[in-house]
Amino acid sequence: MDRKQCCVKLSVQPSRGLMDEKFIVLVQNALPGSQLTIRALHQCEDGHSWEAFGHYTADTTGTINVSEDPSIGGTYSGVEQMGLLWSFRPIPGSKSGLRMRKKNIQTPMEVTISVYQGHQTEGFADLVPFSGVAVERWYMAPGVRRIPVTEGGLNAALFLPSGPGPFPGLLDLWGGGGQLVEYRAALLASHGFASMAIDYLTAKITMETGKMVDNQYFETAYRVLQQHPQVCGSKIAMIGLSFGTSITLKMAVYSEVIKLSAAVCISGSHVQPVDGSVEEILRFFQKNGEKTRFSEKNEVIWRDLLLPIPTDPSLKVNVGRLQCPLLLVVGEDDQNWPSQESALDIKEMMARAGNSHLLTVLSYPNAGHLIEPPYTPHARSSTFKTVEIEEKVMCLWGGQTVEHSRAQEDAWKKMVVFLRENLYGGRKPTSFSHL
Amino acid sequence: MTQAVPPILSITPSRALVDEKFQVLVENLPPGCPVTLHSLHHSEDKDDWEAYGHYVSDHRGVVSVTEDLSFGGTYTGKEPMGLLWSMRPVPGSREGLRLRKINVCTPMLVNISVHSGHEDFRDRTPLASALAERWYMAPGVKRIDINKQGVQGTLFIPPGPGPFPTLLDMWGGGVGLLEYRSALLASRGYVSFSLDYLRSEHLSADVEFKYFEVCAIYILMNHPQVIPDRVGILGISLGSMVAFNLTAYSTIIKPRCIVCISSNHYHPPGTTLKAGFKILSKYVLLTVCHENLMIIQIIVTNMYHRHFHKAHFDENNYMSWRSFALDLIADPSNNVEVGRINCPMLLVNGCDDQNWPTVETAEEVSDALRHGSQTRGLGSTYGPRHPCFSVTVCFSVILLWGGHTKAHSDAQEDSWRKILSFLQLHLYHSPSVKAKL
Repeated sequence: MDRKQCCVKLSVQPSRGLMDEKFIVLVQNALPGSQLTIRALHQCEDGHSWEAFGHYTADTTGTINVSEDPSIGGTYSGVEQMGLLWSFRPIPGSKSGLRMRKKNIQTPMEVTISVYQGHQTEGFADLVPFSGVAVERWYMAPGVRRIPVTEGGLNAALFLPSGPGPFPGLLDLWGGGGQLVEYRAALLASHGFASMAIDYLTAKITMETGKMVDNQYFETAYRVLQQHPQVCGSKIAMIGLSFGTSITLKMAVYSEVIKLSAAVCISGSHVQPVDGSVEEILRFFQKNGEKTRFSEKNEVIWRDLLLPIPTDPSLKVNVGRLQCPLLLVVGEDDQNWPSQESALDIKEMMARAGNSHLLTVLSYPNAGHLIEPPYTPHARSSTFKTVEIEEKVMCLWGGQTVEHSRAQEDAWKKMVVFLRENLYGGRKPTSFSHL
Repeated sequence: MTQAVPPILSITPSRALVDEKFQVLVENLPPGCPVTLHSLHHSEDKDDWEAYGHYVSDHRGVVSVTEDLSFGGTYTGKEPMGLLWSMRPVPGSREGLRLRKINVCTPMLVNISVHSGHEDFRDRTPLASALAERWYMAPGVKRIDINKQGVQGTLFIPPGPGPFPTLLDMWGGGVGLLEYRSALLASRGYVSFSLDYLRSEHLSADVEFKYFEVCAIYILMNHPQVIPDRVGILGISLGSMVAFNLTAYSTIIKPRCIVCISSNHYHPPGTTLKAGFKILSKYVLLTVCHENLMIIQIIVTNMYHRHFHKAHFDENNYMSWRSFALDLIADPSNNVEVGRINCPMLLVNGCDDQNWPTVETAEEVSDALRHGSQTRGLGSTYGPRHPCFSVTVCFSVILLWGGHTKAHSDAQEDSWRKILSFLQLHLYHSPSVKAKL
């Protein structure tokens, strides 16, 4: 062992953090001017291994501070405090089309960060690092409780923040892949929102009878949330990604039951048969299936299915009737949905109707479709199975890794502020004596 | 039910090591609103500990414990960590409690809540609360029970390939095996061994150098993840007595540095520690009152000892050994020949230590070294002169941010930082000590 480099110290602060918190990776006591590689390794629940690494040069005191010093090579370059997380990619030899997603959010994501001699790019498994530390990344803050929800045939999970409450509520919807995806709701609960993640495409009734859920399914979810003793029933918002946006806009404008205080729509569109059921909307997309394109790598591009944006008002949610603030998050390189074109059309419709003061659009150049919580590794494409097709396809989501990662970080921050302001803010300065 | 939306209380980070700071922030309050921040911890001994500070929100409706001043409670002024270090048993609790964690594999849970009002804050339910986890073990630290070659204790190994510098960690008398400091040191990159050398039954057992030397050889120096020439010793109170004795007289243990907290350099005539412990044990009988209670009562067995009249009882009838211990160490033949110590030492003392004349000890050690022609890395840190906490607690113990006065907490925070940097310098950074001789 190279005695000159013995006792190189590596630390990550904090060693336990939430998924959206930053950390500081510090190397000390290295040989001044020496070349080192800092590498992160993670084995996900599916058993696949992911790695990210940066090439550094220790300064005259033998120190490297990842939040201040530039990486000059590796899976990221430049000064990138969180590069070791967002630039994760499957290790060489892995199968293609992987996407990192955590199912069990009650345990942390475990990452090992190590420092190696020299500027290494491969063969890490055969090298002995100078030092290594374990880091935990959590979706759930201490005290956040997970409550499964099955009433009315719902397949949902409610995450309650710690404390007495009452808390504003949030309905959380994902897209065409179905399943119950919990991690975003868990993280939002860690920020003070009683968040209910809802599976609406592979619910019990659909799995047993093949029938899609109707509007009542969402209204039941809303009611369950509203009536929970620790939820502030008059402050409920909805957040949807991809097909989840279609549902969110539909409910926000047309539902007699669901009264939203705010809506967040990520990577989606308002194009759909007005007040159609889930079934009808899906059939509408399928009808346009011949507009599917393929990239030169044979990846599926679905963005054209809803283009051009129709002028027929019966084919678009009438956003002019929206009565709550709306935050649209758009990746300009979205290859799966025409979110940018839709956002522009929404803007026009609301301007004409006179309610554009409710609209905020966050549009990110070179960001793709899957705008996830910060530091989630970017997947430009991945294997995907929607509820309608039997086989998996390689779906092109779009986005360039660096810009996409920046978009995720920025959008999340702004989303949380938006939700805070609309769900927590606006109080009158009265005393607390009635509480 | 009211539909009013409550304030937001956040703790950042919500999961941290016990020696890391956090920021407590309350938002969405009315402006200029009097509130109380309250912390609550339910200990392993099933006692409740609490701290609280009175604050007023600013024009934005924000209270920041890091930036704002507390106007009353268990701490005042600008105290980012006041909700931890000023914790004390809730009113109505048993006496003589000490806050410390035995199971270091799980975090200490602290519930922090915000209540409206100041004096009457307890009359109302909290407006908001959040939970903080305070960990002694960083992720990846391994804990191993050791019972080998007669040596008992707990070994903590940092994550990573190693090898690592190592520390022999010794607590004082009467408290059994405490692991939390070792767990924390392992979280900072040292293989750390919390050595069990002084359980109540051991007082009469044959505790000699051999025990420590065997421990050092078989457990530490030969461990595959230890760098054998980077060994340090950390001792508190009676443990510091062991540290001084070993460093001065052992031919096998050659620490690269030692840290003595609440220094005790008593060395009985004769060469064994066993003899020393026996002499000290003539004066005290350590009794654990109740299995569940960690109260240790001190009873002087030898009522007719010539020094007994010097044992001082304060107004609460708590006993101080300081005065008669001073007499004991006044005779130089009763002290370790510190001139024999050949490595850097860090001595950490509370100036108001009523338990052992640690300040006098440190002064004597410093003098001895100065008069000898060697100067080496001797450093001393002192806590300021303030009344000490209850002496029902047998020995002063390093416990980060828990259950003590401000002065003591400042001393703990400051000395811990200095201990860590002293250890880092001598066990991580310094070249081979052989070059210095």
